Formats: sequence, structure tokens, C-alpha cells
Amino acid sequence: MLTLKGMMTALDGELLTPEMNLETECAKFFASDLMSDVLAFIQPGSILMTGLVNTHVVRTARLVEVAAIVIVQGKRPERKVIDEAREHNVPIIATGCSMFEACSRVSGSFLKGRR
Amino acid sequence: MTKDTVFRQEFPVKGGDFSRAGEVSWEIKNLLKELGLSTPVVLRAAIASYEAELNIIMYAWEGRLVLSVTPGRVHVVVEDSGPGIEDIELAMTEGYSTATLEMRELGFGAGMGLANIKKNTDAFLITSEVGRGTRLELTFLTNGQRP
Repeated sequence: MLTLKGMMTALDGELLTPEMNLETECAKFFASDLMSDVLAFIQPGSILMTGLVNTHVVRTARLVEVAAIVIVQGKRPERKVIDEAREHNVPIIATGCSMFEACSRVSGSFLKGRR
Repeated sequence: MTKDTVFRQEFPVKGGDFSRAGEVSWEIKNLLKELGLSTPVVLRAAIASYEAELNIIMYAWEGRLVLSVTPGRVHVVVEDSGPGIEDIELAMTEGYSTATLEMRELGFGAGMGLANIKKNTDAFLITSEVGRGTRLELTFLTNGQRP
């Protein structure tokens, strides 16, 4: 089983929203910069991996009930975006990995956890 | 509004105001949750409402969502004053979009909106008049059965 904590380690990631439960299981993933596609295709409880950092990412995420947001490519959302995520209990993990690298690492850890 | 309506509320939406995008559909989602509807129905209604709210913000001058709930159904009527849609069939095509660069930079305007609204509803009606506005009628069955 891959937890949020395990995923964060695999990504050399940093939790931008402190004091959140990192024992949540990650079993579904969705990578996109298009919130339109997130709204159309994501399954609730997924991890959303994205390079977008605006407030609409958090609003879309809370609406479709994602388990956590992973922000790739070393980007940092503004304070107000992080505050909104904390308010709605959506963890944000930042990683320096590119989208491809992040997906590849997470996929590797996920498969390893299932073996 | 029929006599068995258990709940009805109107939510105004201002065109062009991206800063408040998502507030109305968030409120609708929470209201439906409080009414005790099942999670899949709440999610479908929330997603369709969010897309509709965004469409008003992106394309119309002003509009509103009217939520009404009866024992078996959730209705969301979306009305806007705006440019209207010339070719509804084309607008419903996945991937077709007239979004501006600003909308796309925010992550929207990928041409999925109307098709995704329809996908999430149990009944979907759209009418539009060019130069005046667009009206959507969205119905969700609360028993979660898809027709």
C-alpha cells in the first residue's frame, strides 16, 4: 500500500499544508494541468498531480474530493492558495520533479507497494 | 416550483468574476450533503453546477443558478444574460471551445464543459438565443439510478 507519506518520500516532496494526515492510502492518480479534464474524468479520492498553482486548483480539488494535490516542477502556490487548501483539509505536496518524473516515481512506488 | 418542493434557493453569479468561481457550486454541494443525498448524486450535481457556474463567469454578463429539490429529484436551472450560443451542437462537442487565453491559463476552457454537464445529469435541456442568453435545465435523480 502506498500512503501519502510514502508518495511524498518518493517525490522528495515537501508538505506545504502542515498537520495533515499522511497515512491516507493513495490508490488512484490523475495528472493534468487542465481543470476542465479534472472535472470531466477524475475519480473522487484521487491524487491530483498538476503544474497549475492558482486558487482554482484547490477549488476544483475540494469539489471533486481529491485526496491530495501534488504540485510539480518546483512551483509554489501563493499563501492564499495554501490557506484555502488548509481550510478545506486538502494536503498540498510540492516536488521539484517534472510531471513526467513525478508520475514515473509515483507509479514505481505504487507498483512496488502492491507486490 | 411544484408543491412537493422541499427546498429551493437562488444563487446569483456575476460574469467575469473569476475570484469567486466555485463558491456557488460549493454551497450547492454542501446543501445537498446536508439534505442527506448519496455521495455519487451530490458529486454529479456539484460537478455539473461548477461547470455551469464557470460558463456564466467565462462567457455571460450575469446569471443565476436555481436549485430546487423534491423527494425524488434535484433540479438546477441555469439562466444567463449573455451572448448566447449560435450552434448548440457544435458547443456540445468535446474539445470545441471559444475560451480566451486567460481562461485557459486558469486551467479551464478545454471544451469539455457542456458535454461534462450533460454526462453528469439524468436529464439535460439546453436552449439559447443569440444576443440574449442561455438556459440549462439539469435534473438528477436522487435514487442514484441512471436512466
